Amino acid sequence: MLIERLSPLASSLFSLLAIISLLLSFVMLGSRWLKNYLYAFAAESWAIAALSAAVGFYGSYPELYLIAILTLLFRGLLLPYLIWRIIQRLSVDREIHEILQPASALVVGALSVMFALAVSYRVGTALHLELTVAVLALTVMLSIKLIGFLMLAVRHEAISQILGLLVLENGIFLGSQILVPGMPLLIELVILFDLLIVVACFGVLVGYLMTHIGSTSALRLNRLVG
Amino acid sequence: MVGGLLLALALAPLAAAIGCLIWRGARCCEALNLMASAVSFACAVPLPLLIDGRALLYWNNYVIIDRLSAWVMLCTAIVYFLASIYAVGYMRLLNEEERLFRFYALFAGFGLTTLIGPLMNSVGLYWIAIELTTLVSTFLVAFERVAESMEAAWKYIMVVSAGISLALLGTVLFYWAGSFVLGPRYQMTWAALAGAAPRMNPVLILLAFLLVVVGYGTKVGLAPMHTWLPDAHSESPAPVSAMLSGALLNTAMIGIVRFLAITRAADLGALPQLVVVAFGALSLLVGALFIVRQQGIKRLMAYSSVEHMGVVALGFGFGGALGVAGALYHMLNHSLNKSLMFFGAGNMMRAYGTKDIALIRAVHQYFPSQGGLWLAGAVAITGAPPFGLFFSEFTIMRGGLTPSFSWAVDVMAVLLIVIFVGFMNHFRRMYYSPAQAGCTAPAGKVSAWCAVPMWLALAPLLVLGLWWPAGVWNYLTSIAAALSAGMR
Repeated sequence: MLIERLSPLASSLFSLLAIISLLLSFVMLGSRWLKNYLYAFAAESWAIAALSAAVGFYGSYPELYLIAILTLLFRGLLLPYLIWRIIQRLSVDREIHEILQPASALVVGALSVMFALAVSYRVGTALHLELTVAVLALTVMLSIKLIGFLMLAVRHEAISQILGLLVLENGIFLGSQILVPGMPLLIELVILFDLLIVVACFGVLVGYLMTHIGSTSALRLNRLVG
Repeated sequence: MVGGLLLALALAPLAAAIGCLIWRGARCCEALNLMASAVSFACAVPLPLLIDGRALLYWNNYVIIDRLSAWVMLCTAIVYFLASIYAVGYMRLLNEEERLFRFYALFAGFGLTTLIGPLMNSVGLYWIAIELTTLVSTFLVAFERVAESMEAAWKYIMVVSAGISLALLGTVLFYWAGSFVLGPRYQMTWAALAGAAPRMNPVLILLAFLLVVVGYGTKVGLAPMHTWLPDAHSESPAPVSAMLSGALLNTAMIGIVRFLAITRAADLGALPQLVVVAFGALSLLVGALFIVRQQGIKRLMAYSSVEHMGVVALGFGFGGALGVAGALYHMLNHSLNKSLMFFGAGNMMRAYGTKDIALIRAVHQYFPSQGGLWLAGAVAITGAPPFGLFFSEFTIMRGGLTPSFSWAVDVMAVLLIVIFVGFMNHFRRMYYSPAQAGCTAPAGKVSAWCAVPMWLALAPLLVLGLWWPAGVWNYLTSIAAALSAGMR
């Protein structure tokens, strides 16, 4: 198993990249402007691509280089570009109705990181891995997941919700690179393409939302109840 | 033989989808989709007969066909076939001739993805198949392009994608748990996981299992993750509603069932079963509460789906031969019956021009035979004898009569009675209450394309309620035995 025989340097490099990704999701959680949100997402994807390459290098998994390049191209460049184009077209540049102020959202985010740490530490202890990078990887994976859900819950702009979903998947990507680098390549490749399809769908749907409901805020989606 | 059937079963809808995009004529696309569904149906019917106790693997172990997947594919193929017949009549009423080829291309694609979902032997590919069903069906939900269906489609894709990402997390954790036993690289098949399960770490498996149940439970429509379901089922065209309810939910349920079998192999005690039972009971409760006070006719059917998926989850959660066999039997009955109900609701909705129960009155006067058929379906869906659902619900209840789950049987019995009363009350008002001001007499009559699939659904329901062949019972109990042995 890779995480049990890591050199200290590799271990700290992985930790650094994981922590950077976690911090970037806090940047997203704390920003009101959709563009900042988008840039933070792109930067997070680059950090994850770097992590893939680092795991590939230290764990000698050559196929992870391919994953790194694809992550960089799709999640780091192409997806942000497509979403940037949607933002330009919609002329919506910030969240207008906030349920939770960014400052309070940051506090809730911090609490969810603590929760994730508690769960991961419990799992790490059960597996006798509490002294390795596995606990950190699991914590970051679960925290990004929880922060993604938090963003889905407190944001209403269609674009924010799309980004929230992508953040959810980023968390899984990040964790799986460290924990299960040997997971079949086929699946990871298909997931990358799958995401692209998702965003294409979303692009179409956002267009529809604009023409038929006249708004891209989920708060206006209130006809179907009961 | 079996391999050829599977290939034909998958290639027929694929060819139809491509054909629809090439030729684009409305009548031609109808015919293509209908033929594809007939081929899939014809291939799915003999499958359960051809498979003995062992699972067959194809294409480098990526495709599995065992008795469980053959059964679910049979349910799916029946609904796909009935819905394709119904779609011919129903979609002509929408006056969307130019866009109809897109509908049929997507519909065939939806049929394809729901059919191949249960066939995936790799846990990751199963996840991708489920995700693909969402992507295809979103556009079907949004097909009518009015504000309500846009809203439903948006909620559908958001809630389900977020939920299903939890299932992906759970899948990754299962792979991680397996890698301590099988080494860092292995092919993650259901059998490999079940084989390694006894030596996996119980804490990790439990965490992964909870994530998977919540994730696929979102897609199955178990409460409290069901919020997308009433919107999507009520706003999509009626044939799509039938497919969503009768085919898609079963396909997603298979994932939960297979993971439950893995936890059973891991010997985690009663907790995994208890989780599934609790979600099932909660779904029944939510279904009952919303059925009693429902105002929309298709939303009524949608909440009934939440309820029935709760019943199926209870059956699988109870486990044992009775619980699992009852749940599988219930899947088939529910697929047939819910198609019938959505077809009837679609017909009435078009005839009266409203989805509002309060504005649909005196159905039996205007539509004597059609109304009688729909009423028989309503009696069946609430679990009254002599229809198949009575039989399967009763079997599930018998399966739950163990010391640990008898409370759930009590809950189930009470809620089923509440649902019966609530559901029948709506039908009483639609059939026998005097018309109020503002009600309009229905226009037009129901075409044969829309009536025939309803008869085709009702007849087997009646037969299944009166006669349960020993062969079917043996078939279903052998699935139960395979599942409780951890699918080895």
